Amino acid sequence: MSERVCDIALTVNGESVVETIEARQSLVDFLREKLSLTGSHVGCEHGVCGACTVRVEGVTVRGCLMLAAQCDGAKVDTIEGVSDSGEIADLQQAFEKRNALQCGFCTPGMLLTAQELLSSGAIPSREKIREHISGNYCRCTGYHAIVDAIEAVAQARAGSAR
Amino acid sequence: MKIVEDTAPVLTALDRPNSYIGRSVPRPNLARLTQGRAQYVSDVVLPRMAYVAFVRSPHAHAKIVSIDAAAAQQAPGVVAVVTGAELARIITPWVGVLTHLKGIKSAPQHAIAVDRACWVGEAVCAVIARTRAEAEDGCELVHVEYEELPAVTDPETALDASTPVIHPTLGDNLTFERSLSAGDPEKGFAEADATIETTFVFGRHTGVTNEPRAVVADWNPGEQRMTVYQGTQAPHMMQNLFAKHLGLAEHQVRVVTKDVGGSFGIKVHTYADEMATVALSKLLRRPIKFVADRIESFVTDIHARDHRVKARIGVKNDGTITAFEIDDLTGIGPYSVYPRTSGIEANQIVNLVGSPYTCMNYKARTRVVFQNKNVMCQYRAVGHPIAVAVTEGLVELAAAKIGMDPLELRRRNLFPDDSYPAQTAAGLKLEKLSHHEALAHLDAMVNYAGLRAEQERLRKQGIYRGLGFASFIEVTNPSAAFYGVGGAKISAQDGATVKLDAQGMISIHSGVTEQGQGAEAVLAQCVATSFGVPIERIRVVTGDTDNTPYGGGTWASRAAGIGGEAAWQAGKALRQNVLTVAGSILQAKPETLDIRNGLVVDQDGGNERISLEEVARIAYFRPDTLPSGIRAEFVATRHYVPRAWPFSFTNGIQASYLEVDTDSGFVKLLKHWCVEDCGTIINPQLVDEQVRGGVVQGIGAALFEQCVYDQRGQLLNGNMADYLVPMAVEMPDIEVGHVVSPTADSELGAKGAGEAGTAGAPGSVMNAINDALRPLGAASLTDMPFTPDKILRALGKV
Repeated sequence: MSERVCDIALTVNGESVVETIEARQSLVDFLREKLSLTGSHVGCEHGVCGACTVRVEGVTVRGCLMLAAQCDGAKVDTIEGVSDSGEIADLQQAFEKRNALQCGFCTPGMLLTAQELLSSGAIPSREKIREHISGNYCRCTGYHAIVDAIEAVAQARAGSAR
Repeated sequence: MKIVEDTAPVLTALDRPNSYIGRSVPRPNLARLTQGRAQYVSDVVLPRMAYVAFVRSPHAHAKIVSIDAAAAQQAPGVVAVVTGAELARIITPWVGVLTHLKGIKSAPQHAIAVDRACWVGEAVCAVIARTRAEAEDGCELVHVEYEELPAVTDPETALDASTPVIHPTLGDNLTFERSLSAGDPEKGFAEADATIETTFVFGRHTGVTNEPRAVVADWNPGEQRMTVYQGTQAPHMMQNLFAKHLGLAEHQVRVVTKDVGGSFGIKVHTYADEMATVALSKLLRRPIKFVADRIESFVTDIHARDHRVKARIGVKNDGTITAFEIDDLTGIGPYSVYPRTSGIEANQIVNLVGSPYTCMNYKARTRVVFQNKNVMCQYRAVGHPIAVAVTEGLVELAAAKIGMDPLELRRRNLFPDDSYPAQTAAGLKLEKLSHHEALAHLDAMVNYAGLRAEQERLRKQGIYRGLGFASFIEVTNPSAAFYGVGGAKISAQDGATVKLDAQGMISIHSGVTEQGQGAEAVLAQCVATSFGVPIERIRVVTGDTDNTPYGGGTWASRAAGIGGEAAWQAGKALRQNVLTVAGSILQAKPETLDIRNGLVVDQDGGNERISLEEVARIAYFRPDTLPSGIRAEFVATRHYVPRAWPFSFTNGIQASYLEVDTDSGFVKLLKHWCVEDCGTIINPQLVDEQVRGGVVQGIGAALFEQCVYDQRGQLLNGNMADYLVPMAVEMPDIEVGHVVSPTADSELGAKGAGEAGTAGAPGSVMNAINDALRPLGAASLTDMPFTPDKILRALGKV
């Protein structure tokens, strides 16, 4: 049975984690079930909806398409981590003020994807924003408010950087 | 920067000094959602909880010969394997009919199939295990022997004598039929200068909520009580149904609805697998969790639309519409869905076709037939997208035929704004609509003349852009006329309880539910205004049958108009109660006092007299200092149901501007507009976002979404890679405008706004595509979704 389980050591939201896991367990199931980090959501389990988006080594990934076993030694950030660190506080505030979320199920993934886009420091066009978030499914908003919120933060960050 | 700061208006429609009505205050619970701190049902974990997974039928119609569960029972982690026959001892079957849909019939449906499976995806056996993964492993070890039966999969032949009858006891495959004839349709068509006849087809599609359906059921044998955590729109309705079919009293059942990851009408029905989960908790005496995976969602979440409408319009050369006629056919699943039935969408189509227009000659027939496919039921904007696309498609085809501008043709036929109250040909009673003002507003918003000039100029360069419109009315704020009169225990009224606590803070407990649309913000705005406190002092509780007044929940755009009014009235009642005590403390007449911004003040002049905290302190801790006749009743409950009108109709008009690539058949949406009239606007931002989200759902139906079945009843694209939903990159910016015609049925005057977007978008997109292709002589496209291959075929290119 040894090939069915494996030990992994990784850093999740800055905390060291050592766990024995089933080799077949996806990263998002590991985060939700083993670590009780339920802010990453399971929407489609086949890599289309983006609700499970998390960051591994600074890059956004689909938590449902990556195995937890592949994260041995990696640095993983989830919505809980970037919320507590304050890294995306301005994006969160803009989403709240602009009502860029309704049910909120896509929001953690959407925020991490938006943060990835804005990390370059440039002010993306609305088309560029739409393109970048087009792997994150939102059934509620119709996307317009999300684009508004991301655009506003891009402008605000560029303004304060000057 | 598009984010607009909310600021207090000088004077508001409802004229309270510290009014929040008409303001875009942010929703109170958003930070929880943006920080990943929400609690959806899929996040709920209870002690001793086990997970259920279902073995589902691979056949559209099959006899279940035998179920061999021996291997599954021995599998690691498996707690139990339960068949339909075993579970039927715990939970009774149901039949989805309503008495006001005359003649509607259906067969008993079990929580898990007994003897026979009737669609691909119907659960035939449950495996319960310590983890979801182990339950799924167990499912793979269950051996079910089936004997395949002929499947009914074509609505057009479902009623033929040669087609097998799915439920022999019902006699035929007809679920429901309705015919209507109003005015003199024959005469109307005889008087027409032109008649246009075509067939509209609407693809079967589904809600694709981002969070799949989820339920955790917890039977406590010690308390003899069932607690169900469920992502539902109607907790009290589900409480009634769980109790009824498990043989419990309603007070033995508590339904708790926490955060819900999208609903749109998907989560307001009885699902066999959810009923099974609740029954399994009772059987196994421990908490059981079921979360549908995406594949299960596609084959079990209700589907909707799937209508074929033969339609005809008569029009005179002066633009007068002389008659409408439709013949509608829809194929539902093998059962009419409980308790709302699968006849309502068809019924709505009959009610709504032609409804913006004064033409009184109307003939309609609809037939609803059983099929061996997944069940169909009410999904956002029930019937409207179909009725609107049929009506508005006919109107624009008629305009093209007689050579009249499509907006001008509408102006000549829409109910005049001063003609209310009015009644449509189908008999819908309209209190007050604003079609002409909305059309004028839209005309200005889109810069109609400018866009037409641009369109003309670009055509000369071989660029084909189209502009299409759709006027509509929308059913909101339903009274008992929708379901209650038909015998369903679905409450039309809703209640709100407001309380003043010992620190002067307010809580609201409401029977409507939060699905992300912002109901809790609206409730807080209503009570903050009618009671008189800053909105930060308000806490809202919804979604718990133990802790909220009995109510209908959230559907048919009723939460703000009905739940909001109940909260508004409860806030007023509590204000009177508090002022009675304050008056006693201050030795002033209560009617000379008011509560503003959290303070008791003089009605005249607004001078501060005493804080709410101080009134609460005296009432709760030193009631001995109050005169003997004064009792502090710092809890007030009010209920509200619309009485003057069966429904509060809203209206509006949408426009779609798009470009068709005539080589590839792809449609690029350039811009979308909607002007709607939902009466008093409690929160403009929330209304706009309901419209935008609804529009995109409608666009999905028009361009992408379809559940494709083959002749054997297999769903061919039941996953998100093959079933396309709108993503950000394909969607346009959407401008929203408003006209305000409050209903006089309530003090607030608010009508619903949740479905207007979905109602009008498919029709306007269809009309825009046809407008774009008209100069190329393309055949009219009337078969949704308008995929590139259909467009190329219309152009004769393939």
